[in-house]
Amino acid sequence: MTSASRRIAGDRLLQTMSILVLTLSLVALTALLYDVWSDGWRRLDWQFLTSMPSGRAHLAGIYPALLGSLYVLLVTAGLALPLGIGAAVYLEEYGGGGRLARLIEINIANLAGVPSIIYGLLGLGIFVRVFGWGPSVLSGGATLGLLALPVVILSTREALRTVPMSAREGSYALGATKWQTIWHQVLPGALPGILTGLILAMSRAIGETAPLITIGALAYIDFTPSGVMSPFTVLPIQIYNWISKPQAAFAENAAAGIIVLLVLLLSMNAVAIVLRDRFQKARA
Amino acid sequence: MRLLSVALLLPAVVAAACGGGNEQASSSTPAAVIAIDGSSTVYPISEAIAEDFGKTDGAAPVTVAFTGTGGGFKKFCRGETVVSDASRPISASELEACGQASIGFVELPVAYDGLAVVVNPKNTWATSMTVAELKKLWAPEAQGKVMQWSQIRAGWPDKNINLYGAGTDSGTFDYFTEATVGTAKKSRGDYTSSENDNVLVQGVSGDEYALGYMGLAYYEENRGRLTLLGIDDENPANGAGPIQPSFDVVRNGTYRPLSRPLFIYLSINALAARPEVQKFADFYLNNAAAISKEVGYVSLTDAELALVKARLAARTTGTMFADHAAQSQKSLTELLQGRQ
Repeated sequence: MTSASRRIAGDRLLQTMSILVLTLSLVALTALLYDVWSDGWRRLDWQFLTSMPSGRAHLAGIYPALLGSLYVLLVTAGLALPLGIGAAVYLEEYGGGGRLARLIEINIANLAGVPSIIYGLLGLGIFVRVFGWGPSVLSGGATLGLLALPVVILSTREALRTVPMSAREGSYALGATKWQTIWHQVLPGALPGILTGLILAMSRAIGETAPLITIGALAYIDFTPSGVMSPFTVLPIQIYNWISKPQAAFAENAAAGIIVLLVLLLSMNAVAIVLRDRFQKARA
Repeated sequence: MRLLSVALLLPAVVAAACGGGNEQASSSTPAAVIAIDGSSTVYPISEAIAEDFGKTDGAAPVTVAFTGTGGGFKKFCRGETVVSDASRPISASELEACGQASIGFVELPVAYDGLAVVVNPKNTWATSMTVAELKKLWAPEAQGKVMQWSQIRAGWPDKNINLYGAGTDSGTFDYFTEATVGTAKKSRGDYTSSENDNVLVQGVSGDEYALGYMGLAYYEENRGRLTLLGIDDENPANGAGPIQPSFDVVRNGTYRPLSRPLFIYLSINALAARPEVQKFADFYLNNAAAISKEVGYVSLTDAELALVKARLAARTTGTMFADHAAQSQKSLTELLQGRQ
């Protein structure tokens, strides 16, 4: 075999393997989606979406959990987005690789890998008890905000790095200050990347159960959250609760709950993608 | 850039909102809500009762969470909840924590739960086990040593035994270890553990050489996939030979030692100060029998329920289980009568 044909064979092998791996993961995903859909679609109706939780499987609904998830996510995004972007702008544009900045950098990378239950314990200690916020939407959102923060910071930094130096230099040449340059040139240019990071962070936050159970999120609640200080429950807790019950009818509810969670997640991502495309077009 | 400006303003809004909420949050729960937390085993009963209570006229809102028996008591003894669900009696250290915070409580049994020891339907050799055999199998010393069925009883196959049991945070774990090994929380660690009994059902039903324990309700819902073992406590006084668990033997006390009462603990301060808590407690006991059957547990007998109601009416505080060794041999009726 000549070396050329050997290289071509190697190329083919890699290609085949890549396709195989891709197919495998797609098949697994499809199987999961099909399984959940076939278990849950019968329970999916307006009554399911607008009813309170219940100990009777056929009456149970996810209304407070759906609203709870949305409320918590809003607080999470409200905290993680400005803090995360601010931190990333500092590290990337001002921090300048000093010893302190490097220390912060290493810590952020480590934080991204901390198990979520640890954030739950932190949230219980600080937000619920020291700050006295109780097991509220605010405590839950702040806990998940901390959990999402490292992801937002890391992806925002990546996005800031993609903005070409020439854009900054051009801005300076026209007499803009550093802040004007960041606000009018760097951040808008990096926005699509920042949004992608935000999607990833929020997608992780919306599926979390353990930290919210730890801070005392509820499982049964017959009213919807009235504000950020209200007690709450979220979709993953409701699903977890149904999955742990002995009666098979609850497994159907759980599957239907998973579908709702998936739809919520996908529509959230869709909104972010649309926004990202609009910003990209506006810049082009 | 409008989006970014809005995003940067949000923390100010959030901060303002929590500033406004701080006064009512200082008591941790809004005064009107009846907050329940604790055992995930008792959760289905409290959930269904909270739901029915919510349909009565002028009912206060009720919230229920399931942090686990231990986690529930931690919150209860800090005054963060009004009712604590428990699948075992309060422990000495929890009593101390409550005492230090001057949180008094009324201890009310509300139902029975049986623990089922189950094997795979393909298992043809095992039909029953003695408590001594369970102890030999589950004791911490067994870890890495008692690995085969033949080591438990002569004549059983030389096959590896695969164990499934409750997660260490659950009251089920505390209760099973105390009833078999003799000390709560002392167990071998080399088994598949889950807080979710359905995971254990999956495990045992797919594994010919498996053995596991779980709430009786989970066996009842999965009859075709599991085989139940009879349990022999070798004490003829409460039924000779192995006893096959069923709702009847759990209630009449012959399925020893793997049947247990489930409890709610009510804060005496809340009971005294808040009429809606008293109303809820009465509602709970009046409906406990019907609801516990509905969610798959075993209801107390009418006589026992009458004693529990009397205990609530008298607002008898403290636990019936302070002297653990002596009380484990007594029936619930004897315990309830002893304190009246």
